[in-house]
Amino acid sequence: MAQTAAAPAHAAAHRMIGRLLPLAGFAALVALLYLGFTLRDPTLLPSALIAQPFPRFDLPILGGGGRRATEADLQGAPRLVNVWATWCPTCLAEHAELTRIGAETGLSIIGINYKDDAAKAIAWLVRHGDPYQFNVVDADGDLGVELGVYGAPETFLVDAAGIIRHKRVGEVNRAVWENEIAPAWRNLAATP
Amino acid sequence: MSRATRCAAAALLAFAQAASPASPVDGFELEDAAMAERYQALITEFRCPKCLNESLASSGAPIAADLRRTVRRLIADGAEDAAIRAHLQQRYGDFILYDPPLRPSTWALWFAPLALALLAAALLRRAGARRSALPLSEAERGVVERFVERRG
Repeated sequence: MAQTAAAPAHAAAHRMIGRLLPLAGFAALVALLYLGFTLRDPTLLPSALIAQPFPRFDLPILGGGGRRATEADLQGAPRLVNVWATWCPTCLAEHAELTRIGAETGLSIIGINYKDDAAKAIAWLVRHGDPYQFNVVDADGDLGVELGVYGAPETFLVDAAGIIRHKRVGEVNRAVWENEIAPAWRNLAATP
Repeated sequence: MSRATRCAAAALLAFAQAASPASPVDGFELEDAAMAERYQALITEFRCPKCLNESLASSGAPIAADLRRTVRRLIADGAEDAAIRAHLQQRYGDFILYDPPLRPSTWALWFAPLALALLAAALLRRAGARRSALPLSEAERGVVERFVERRG
């Protein structure tokens, strides 16, 4: 008798779970899609070049009267290598912060003038100020391909031995400097 | 051949050329036919890093043109297909490959569909087993018996 009384209660609980299970599954799917579409920016690619040596190059220096620079010129001190162009609005947006970093922190900044017109680039630097120790001219974007660049601006932190330690795709602003690049730079000093 | 036929043939040819999946023109030809064929095959294998869902072959983005030029240069330098894939992957990561490699970080990608299919199959089986295991009530048994008698 006790058994027959318990059985319907048990079956009802079972039915309840059966009814809620699809709902729970649907909620889980919604949560997954929400996270997938919001947490991660699909236009940001993970960098394949972290901990790799800066690629070899031999390119003219912007306004350098025929002088050239190679990857060896990056070594000896940590550098911020900034890929920029005059056709790139975000490069102008981050220019003030790069100027501040160059002036206030003492971190040396090298520019890669990417797929640009040299005369325009020189005029741009005269007009907006020049935080770069020097700029190399990557007119056809070949060094960009070597660096895995897919849009300007991109900024690399390179250690004194010429190893890429951090990559930022997009604007370097104060928050990016303080939360990403400055800690990575301090890390370099801590681990020689 | 009549003039009309010739016109039609020319139109058809033009259409076929327009419809063939030609890559954006970069003003560069690989003289060797086998190389050109490898080039065409390779550029459909890589994803344009800027455009999320276009191959190097179909994208008009400047970066895609740079990467096509890189692929051509590597082919002309005598690199094997595998070396060219590795070259681009080292610089742009797995993202650039439409066919992602099998490794621990991509296990979820490769095996999640299989796991979900197995889970669904198990759930369906269980649901089916439960339904067939439910005993008939007296009233249901009566209905079935009457039905069978009428048919018999």
